[in-house]
Amino acid sequence: MRAGIGRITAVLVAVVVVVLPFTGLMPAYWVTLFNYIGIASLVAIGLVLLTGVGGMTSFGQAAFVGVGAYTTSVLTVQMGFSPWASLPLSLAATALGAVLLGAVTVRLSGHFLPLGTIAWGAAIFYLFGNLSALGAHDGMSGIPPLELGGHALIDARQYFVVVWLAVVLSVVAAHNLLRARTGRAVRALRRGAIAAEAFGVDVPAAKLKVFVLAAVLAGLAGWLYAHFQRSVAPGPFGLNAGIEYLLMAVVGGAGRVYGAIAGATGITFLRDQVQDVLPLLVGSAGNYEIVVFGAVLVLALQIAPQGVWPIVFGPPPAVQPPRRSAGGMLGRREMPERGSALLEVDSVTRTYGGLVAVNQVSFGVRAGEIVGLIGPNGAGKSTTFNLICGALAIDRGEIRLRGETIAGSTPQRIAARGLGRTFQHADVVAEMSVLENVALGAHLRGEAGMLRALLRLDRDEEARLLDEAMRQIRRVGLADVAERPAGTLALGQLRLVEVARALCLDPVLVLMDEPAAGLRHGEKKALAALLRELRGEGVGVLLVEHDMDFVMSLADRLVVLDFGTKIAEGTPATIRSDPKVLDAYLGT
Amino acid sequence: MDSTIFLFLVQDGVINGAIYALAAIALVLVFAVTRVILVPQGEFIAFGAMTVAAFEAGRTPPTIWLLLVLGVLSTVASLIQERHVLGPRAIARIVSINLLLPVLLAYLAAIAAPAKTGTLVHVVLAIALIVPMGPMLYRVAFAPMAQASVLVLLIAAFGVHFSLMGLGLVFFGAEGVATQPLISRDFSLGDIPVTGQSVAVVATTVVLLVVFALFFERTLLGKALRACSSNRLGARLVGVPTALAGEIAFALAAAMGAVAGVLAGPIITTFYDSGFLIGLKAFVAAILGGLVSFPLTALASLGVGIAEAFFSFWTSNFKEVLVFGLILPVLLWRSLRAPAHAEDE
Repeated sequence: MRAGIGRITAVLVAVVVVVLPFTGLMPAYWVTLFNYIGIASLVAIGLVLLTGVGGMTSFGQAAFVGVGAYTTSVLTVQMGFSPWASLPLSLAATALGAVLLGAVTVRLSGHFLPLGTIAWGAAIFYLFGNLSALGAHDGMSGIPPLELGGHALIDARQYFVVVWLAVVLSVVAAHNLLRARTGRAVRALRRGAIAAEAFGVDVPAAKLKVFVLAAVLAGLAGWLYAHFQRSVAPGPFGLNAGIEYLLMAVVGGAGRVYGAIAGATGITFLRDQVQDVLPLLVGSAGNYEIVVFGAVLVLALQIAPQGVWPIVFGPPPAVQPPRRSAGGMLGRREMPERGSALLEVDSVTRTYGGLVAVNQVSFGVRAGEIVGLIGPNGAGKSTTFNLICGALAIDRGEIRLRGETIAGSTPQRIAARGLGRTFQHADVVAEMSVLENVALGAHLRGEAGMLRALLRLDRDEEARLLDEAMRQIRRVGLADVAERPAGTLALGQLRLVEVARALCLDPVLVLMDEPAAGLRHGEKKALAALLRELRGEGVGVLLVEHDMDFVMSLADRLVVLDFGTKIAEGTPATIRSDPKVLDAYLGT
Repeated sequence: MDSTIFLFLVQDGVINGAIYALAAIALVLVFAVTRVILVPQGEFIAFGAMTVAAFEAGRTPPTIWLLLVLGVLSTVASLIQERHVLGPRAIARIVSINLLLPVLLAYLAAIAAPAKTGTLVHVVLAIALIVPMGPMLYRVAFAPMAQASVLVLLIAAFGVHFSLMGLGLVFFGAEGVATQPLISRDFSLGDIPVTGQSVAVVATTVVLLVVFALFFERTLLGKALRACSSNRLGARLVGVPTALAGEIAFALAAAMGAVAGVLAGPIITTFYDSGFLIGLKAFVAAILGGLVSFPLTALASLGVGIAEAFFSFWTSNFKEVLVFGLILPVLLWRSLRAPAHAEDE
């Protein structure tokens, strides 16, 4: 099993880390250099989770390194704590800072987020340099070394073991996270958050969690730095350092955990070599290194904007479906009684400026019924659909799901009440496997959070979630592509991925936006059969569909919109002969 | 604090704010047209002041070497980028823009320097030496990745900033400079003495802002730039060459930076790396203005300048902390009223 191999690899690497520095294979200078690389790697791993995975960018990570370093310095030098006792406090201080700054920043959209981090990154740096309690520009010295069983870890080789064990543990934890429920939610944030929201992911909370996790890794790096260097000064926590960390994550390959280490190694070596070699080439000391550094950076971005790691090592291995028994199935929702009212849309109106997109529309869907919502282009079908899902706010009227008002509610809460949906333009995470994409649909049926994922305490629940996802994938007929990245699928297959994901929610009502578009004949028949099966189970289905043959043969009832107004409602047979409908479709 | 100190601080703040406004508006312009956050804007400011200082000392400004280096890089970059469409005319154009023009400017500067030709010539030449650097930087660094994400462009902008700052140290050295005031006469406004330099700073900024507004409202080129900023693809479809628009935006930014440097030169001691901090504060103003609106940005710059003046009076140690901290309440306000689906708009 892959997870087992991963564990063995981690243990082997850990053994190498413990033994390597004492074999004499590494010159002392390299050991020291690699200590700094390890410390930087921790920060870069946090940035990979934040930027490459979560889609948020921070230029301010160096400030969090500083918070960790200064906290432990104050605690150990001025208050007499032992370094180990100050570790949890340093991490807590960093986390607290991250919660405060994150609460302000992570909700910002687009480029405002990175820009905001530049500003507070600079502010915190100047704070370090001017607080006399922190030694202002001179910083603090006399920081005690780490001790292990009464033995001080002053030798760089001994410290190497501590630093790199921390790196190995962080890599393992990061991988655990990425393969778990919370990790999938975070990975889904990167390309807009609409799909994640529709399956119940609390987007601001998920963003804040990654932000805090990245900051805590930076705080850990700061703690290690302070007790290795034994003194701290503001310099290494400024904006330039923050940019360098981001550079490591990007050059290595944002989105890849090992890329962070590759980037940290590459950049640290580059800086070191440029400092050593350039003066020999150009004859004068110092000045040219930053010129070369900047030029290399720009060139790297021009040549390999995805970073080095994916170029050398290709895409990440797919997550395998669980092989061992899941130990029971996920709990199911209690289904409403067949024929009872599920969805009630009552005189709903939505305008865009002067344009009335949806005008006083009313209709309903009952449990165990397939309703088709049809109409010519621009009739307001998709707007109605988005109003029901909570993706758009209604101006007037009322929408009820199982008797409770959902108008004005968030997509997350509506999803929690049992509404699953598909998108008109397939909205999946291209880099994630089909299995993981579908498992996102079961987000609300699990509860393991970030901490349990990091520590791998969520395995039983994970197995049940993936089992359920696999069951739904088989149901839509995609079992043989379950491990492929979703981005490699054909359009018709993507639609089925969306259907499977909606089913993973264990929905009472499924909303589908043109599910048959792009499907081949055989696929359409299979989809129709699946929808009938759902109807048989008592699920309500609302279809927005252009394919008349498909919807006529399937729906129990049709609702026809034209210019935002309902013009007819009835069985397919009556709709087919309704003069107003014929008029709307054929024109006069 | 009595009213004299108050008015003095306001005056100080307005001058700083006017300089930030020039830089901030250039940032907004470049971002709108190319999506690049122009971190190296600060270097244009520093180089502007240091070039004038060299002229005043009767030395040939080292700026010419910087310009020639960038010219060579830009020639190489242009030849590579246009390798599939190269003809004799294209080569002649590339060489004349990137090599002949810089050589000509360098020659002029070398003649003018020992002659000590006076403030006006110094200023004009300094700006003329710096403006071509804008498009050159765009061609070398940003044009090859014009489609990249804002983040990648931002990191690249930091790379350019590092390189330029390093080159600044190489060519200009580590010494700080101060230049002569543009207007040496002092005035008084009631009881408050007003230096000629403050008048020059505020007047220049106001004139430039008005020219800017007219340029974007009234000229075809200005409208084309606005079209690029609101919809790049649409602008291309109606025939606006977006790469050229990028170069023009960078040229305007370099000009604004050089002017800001010329204006700041007599007020602060300028080092090769002084520009970054000025640029960063301009950038705070640009964010406060939402990175879109020119008038709001100018207003925000004024606010940053005045706030800085008062912060440095009250608690000079924490001046920078507070100036950069200014952004937090604005971000908070933006977060609270951020729509649920901001990313998709």
